[in-house]
Amino acid sequence: MNMAAASIQVSETPLVLYVLRRADDALILGHRLSEWCGHAPMLEEDMALANMGLDLLGQARELYSYAAQVEDSGKDEDTFAYLRDVRQYRNLLLVERPNGDFAQTMMRQFFYASFADLYWRAMMTSRDMTLAAIAAKSEKESAYHLRHSSEWMVRLGDGTDESHRRAQVAIDELWAYTGEMFAVDDSERGLIDAGIAVDPAGLRPRWLGTVSRVLREATLTLPSNDWMQQGGRSGMHSEHLGHLLSELQSLQRTFPGATW
Amino acid sequence: MVAAIQNDADLRQRAWDAAAEVVDPEIPVLTIADLGVLRDVTVHDGCVEVAITPTYSGCPAMNMIALEIELALQRRGISDPRVRTVLSPAWTTDWMSEDGRRKLKEYGIAPPLAASGRRALFGELAVACPQCGSSDTEVLSEFGSTSCKALWRCKSCREPFDYFKCH
Repeated sequence: MNMAAASIQVSETPLVLYVLRRADDALILGHRLSEWCGHAPMLEEDMALANMGLDLLGQARELYSYAAQVEDSGKDEDTFAYLRDVRQYRNLLLVERPNGDFAQTMMRQFFYASFADLYWRAMMTSRDMTLAAIAAKSEKESAYHLRHSSEWMVRLGDGTDESHRRAQVAIDELWAYTGEMFAVDDSERGLIDAGIAVDPAGLRPRWLGTVSRVLREATLTLPSNDWMQQGGRSGMHSEHLGHLLSELQSLQRTFPGATW
Repeated sequence: MVAAIQNDADLRQRAWDAAAEVVDPEIPVLTIADLGVLRDVTVHDGCVEVAITPTYSGCPAMNMIALEIELALQRRGISDPRVRTVLSPAWTTDWMSEDGRRKLKEYGIAPPLAASGRRALFGELAVACPQCGSSDTEVLSEFGSTSCKALWRCKSCREPFDYFKCH
């Protein structure tokens, strides 16, 4: 038996857990976008999706490296990405949703980017200097992702009957996964009180303002149902994440410790 | 003591000059000094450390740039240099030198518009064509061949061109 392939143990102090949650969001959404590579509806969009995925992967790497530094038990960015099992992943359920059609991919991007844009801008004043520095880089990238996905919302929603229909289906399917972005548990409450984290609940009115404004321009309708699905932050995932990880981790699980 | 300080200053200058000549592997007309990616060179006990900052979080050129810096310093006889990545303050196109902007334009890439800042959600830009100078241009793709570029087209001379995104 080769022990290197076994999953690792993580000391989930509040700060390590907090950083891993954001790192997992970026990695999983970035991986989803990479699945479009070579399959996007047009060449320009193929580049756009790959570029956004690359930004997210870069953010994930910085965050994982910081988590490793805080935990201080000899791990690195790759250990967290490749050697944790599905229940150890802490990402939002939203980002692990399958790509679906192009409207669903872009709606997921729009919901996330409109949050990330506000979130990272607010985190630039974190008392944690490393998180503030990562935020200052991520904020610029998120703003660009928001702009790109917003333009698609209008193009799809206010496009043909078929593109409008698909965009509306995407909203209806993904809406229930947006609430988790604003949820806070006890482990995060302490970090918020200490000025290390921002309270995401305080960002929701502005998030809803942006989302409503863009979707109105796109002639799309937000659901009136406000019941929200949660679970990803505590490791309770949909069946989709395991399949994603089996691909993402296949090389390190099959050939433990392999390097290029 | 004075001699030691002078030695450190000389070493730092030699290391800076060597690192400043390293070019961006994706845009070989620009050095990392032109780009503002080269942030600092420090000397401690005779050991040289070069600080660089990424343009975009996921820029795959960073590993290559770090390797090129190490090789460039070693070629100048500086043994065992270290390269450190810093994130703060975040890189901005405002740091690109005037010389860098000129070289970029001559290379066929429209340089970033002068001042960075938060763009409007559906903001409009007027980017001049690097071939003919016309400002009658349009965006083809918000994302281009690298993270730092977008793809534009000139409606006067009909040539497509890369625009170095304002960041």
